[in-house]
Amino acid sequence: MERRDFIKLGGAAGMGALILPVSGMAVSADQLLDRPMDVAYKKKLADIALNAAKAKGATYADARIGRYLNQFVTTAEKRVDNIVNTESAGIGIRVIANGTWGFASTSNMTPDSIAKTAEKAVAVAKANSKFQTDPVKLAPVKGVGEVSWKTPIKKNAFEVPVKEKVDMLMAVNDAAMQNGANYITSVLFLVNEQKYFASTDGSYIDQDVHRLWAPFFATAIGEAGFKQRTGLGNPVGMGFEYLDGKEEDKIRVSGANVGYKNSYDIIEDATAAGQQLKAKLKAKSVEPGKYDLVLDPAHLMLTIHESVGHPLELDRVLGYEANYAGTSFATLDKWKSGKFQYGSDIVNLFADKTQDYSLGKVAFDDEGVKTKQWDLVKDGILVNYQATRDQVHMIDQKESHGCCYSQSWRDVQFQRMPNVSLRPNKKDISADDVIKDVEDGIYIAGRGSFSIDQQRYNFQFGGQLFYEIKNGKITEQIEDVAYQSNTQEFWNSCVQMAGQSDYRLGGSFFDGKGQPSQVSAVSHGCPTTRFNNVNVINTARKV
Amino acid sequence: MTIMTEKAAKTLLEKVIKLSKADEVEVYLNGLVGGNIRYARNTVSTAGEEADLTLAVQSTFGKRTGVATINEFDDASLEKVVRRSEELAKLAPENEEHMPVFGPQKYVESKTYFESTANVSPEIRAQAAEDSIAPSKKNKLVSSGFLEEAVTFEAIMNNKGLFAYNPATNVDFSVTIRTEDGTGSGWVTRNYSDVKLLDTAKASSIAITKAKNSVDAKAMEPGKYTVILEPAASVGLLRNMVNSMAQRAADEGRSFLSYKPKEGDDPEKAPKNRLGEKMFDERVNISSDPQHPIAPAAPFGGDGYPRVKTDWIKDGVVVNMPNTPYWAKKTGVDYQPQGGNILMAGGDSSLEDMIANTRRGILVTRLWYIRPLDPQTLLYTGLTRDGTFYIEDGKIKFPVKNFRFNESPIVMLNNIEALGEPQRIDGNMIPPMKVRDFTFSSLSDAV
Repeated sequence: MERRDFIKLGGAAGMGALILPVSGMAVSADQLLDRPMDVAYKKKLADIALNAAKAKGATYADARIGRYLNQFVTTAEKRVDNIVNTESAGIGIRVIANGTWGFASTSNMTPDSIAKTAEKAVAVAKANSKFQTDPVKLAPVKGVGEVSWKTPIKKNAFEVPVKEKVDMLMAVNDAAMQNGANYITSVLFLVNEQKYFASTDGSYIDQDVHRLWAPFFATAIGEAGFKQRTGLGNPVGMGFEYLDGKEEDKIRVSGANVGYKNSYDIIEDATAAGQQLKAKLKAKSVEPGKYDLVLDPAHLMLTIHESVGHPLELDRVLGYEANYAGTSFATLDKWKSGKFQYGSDIVNLFADKTQDYSLGKVAFDDEGVKTKQWDLVKDGILVNYQATRDQVHMIDQKESHGCCYSQSWRDVQFQRMPNVSLRPNKKDISADDVIKDVEDGIYIAGRGSFSIDQQRYNFQFGGQLFYEIKNGKITEQIEDVAYQSNTQEFWNSCVQMAGQSDYRLGGSFFDGKGQPSQVSAVSHGCPTTRFNNVNVINTARKV
Repeated sequence: MTIMTEKAAKTLLEKVIKLSKADEVEVYLNGLVGGNIRYARNTVSTAGEEADLTLAVQSTFGKRTGVATINEFDDASLEKVVRRSEELAKLAPENEEHMPVFGPQKYVESKTYFESTANVSPEIRAQAAEDSIAPSKKNKLVSSGFLEEAVTFEAIMNNKGLFAYNPATNVDFSVTIRTEDGTGSGWVTRNYSDVKLLDTAKASSIAITKAKNSVDAKAMEPGKYTVILEPAASVGLLRNMVNSMAQRAADEGRSFLSYKPKEGDDPEKAPKNRLGEKMFDERVNISSDPQHPIAPAAPFGGDGYPRVKTDWIKDGVVVNMPNTPYWAKKTGVDYQPQGGNILMAGGDSSLEDMIANTRRGILVTRLWYIRPLDPQTLLYTGLTRDGTFYIEDGKIKFPVKNFRFNESPIVMLNNIEALGEPQRIDGNMIPPMKVRDFTFSSLSDAV
């Protein structure tokens, strides 16, 4: 599931509406640059937690000391609605006692409070063990000692003056409104997770993770109604350099939009949004029917997220998410058969937490497992899932995939989606090359409405920009397009994709899962890809 | 202690206000003590307890405003959070839409706190989970559920004389019960202010029945059907509609409530929105009321302005639209804050009556993954889930495969055939409803 309404955009009505989900104390801009807590001190605090847990009978314990910094700048048209800096710090302690998980967390970081919190985690585990019928089995992980890692950013976004950010967003709004938008909201989200992980396996891992997202949402009013267009930029695991908008990162599709690779020209995109909104107001409504679809990466990433990423989460497959997000059609028997045709034989989908610039990239996951890359679908066949330490034994594997994550120190870590991506064509063809063989089709760019059932069979996706393709060429913008399909049928209709030069990362900043619900950020790489004979519906309706 | 009495909250907030050097200062304090337990595959999986207390300070100099929050409460921390908010205010550009804070207000009596909910222990939670798991096991079914309860309070004060305080309690329970082979699935949800009303065994029995009865679902052609929507099936569409009623968006031409120009209209004099227009069946009445006995809400919103009983739709006519103080002033109308709950009036048909009076229709337990398709028509898509049944000649005949729907709540509320007794769901009161011509656009294999 994807959370778009996670942080309310636009004006806030009173402070009640200002309390952000990643709650914590707001700090001034300069204080965000404070040096993180000394590593030696973090080790000392973590050891207090681990020792206290062991003393109370825990057979395993891990402690995560986190300092989470966020900055949000929200603007609309010519005004700034909000500038908020938050900081949240504390410790989360997870234990196994009597074969049962227990968890407790506190923001009170005194040695005494940390020891008591560890004891509480053990008490929770013991209380629950009364009804536990399936004891936890952890895949072994060798301790790595004291190590550190940092997102390789070039320009720390927290160091960029607030004025520069406000000026940029004002220029974005101006560009869209000068070119056809009547209204626009633009936002800058910055995230810095400073997290220290320690476990009874002997690991002490210090990581400094950065993420950034600059979305906008523009509206144009016409005589017959209104149209909307969101930005085509992506959330990324990068610093402010993502907004440099370098020419070499622009991918131009003839007759359609500009796509963005490892940097984003947000002013150019806002300008195009205004112009495209004017065209949307006059565009013809799609004739429903079967079409060959050519999907750009900023669109296809979400289809991958929903129809490949989620159904291959092992906890969903096993039933741990049955009461909320749901289960999965990709059951263990299908995987075990070694013959389940998830997609056509050119479809190769892989998982990783290692791709540069991706939202999922870290050196170790939130239970101390070194991250890696592995295949999920190989030559069209389902070959693996996404799993954590306590799950891999259920699929007869000995090594965790490194998919454990928690949104903060306060919440318990659990299995979350790594980056899930579609491999490009070995032949390095362009998006235009993919389009040129399509006789009667639709090219879709950007992410729009999305909905999929709880086992991930039936889905319906919209987009931001729709272009008619006739005889190998994009002709004009059209509107009211959504496609409905079934996951297996859709991926088996995949007939061609562009090559490495066209491969781009898209992402989701607020992917929701679990009870209580937690968010995580994840990227999906793919090239422009063609799917044949997909059912397209018209979403316009008279009421 | 993260739940403070009114007196303690007032003393703390007065101390914070005294530290301020801003033209205008408003402080907001909220605390929470809560716990949860999660189970799946008929065994407990995770559980936790949390406690938090947060202070937010909003400082304003002229039209520049900054907000800082903190969760430490020694004197130095209080001084720090006030100075930080003032510093942020000075960094912020002027906001032309800034409005002054409110002065002293009077509030209706709060109904949101139940002492019983403040006394839930980990052992009680574990037993409540077991009461749901045991009957599932006995029936050779698999249960996955979640129970979470919390005690909260909020208090607001400013340097113009406003003070508001409200304690509240809430408990949420939901369980999905499936057959071992995954061919049947049932679900139930319960939401109360008073935990004494929660009976997880009784609630789970409904999910058990639905799980058993939904095995071997048959495929039916998508199309327009008469549907009987249980409250959990319509609440999502209703909430989306009520949340889309803002006056500003309507006046600016970007809402389903934007005025549709008619021939001969004088553009200067034509209304901007559809206030006063009959848009729904005359049995549609939707209101908010902080003092509702079953689904109460805090007697004030996040800005400290009082909430009172407010009609949004009366006899099918749009009679009020929420706005902001700025937009109210700009358009010369009264400030109308959003309500704290959605109360839809019901009718005298029971669910059984509705089924008995249906020649051909579909009973829907819940709708899932609802997403907007067109904000102008409020067209939404989503799917049925966890108990969808075919009705023929007044009887439930067999379970059917889940459908994807593409439908608008505006259409739903125009096609009402019958309404039942409202039930609390997600803090709202929603009746079961029978609706004709509900559009299902495709089938799903999901169970």
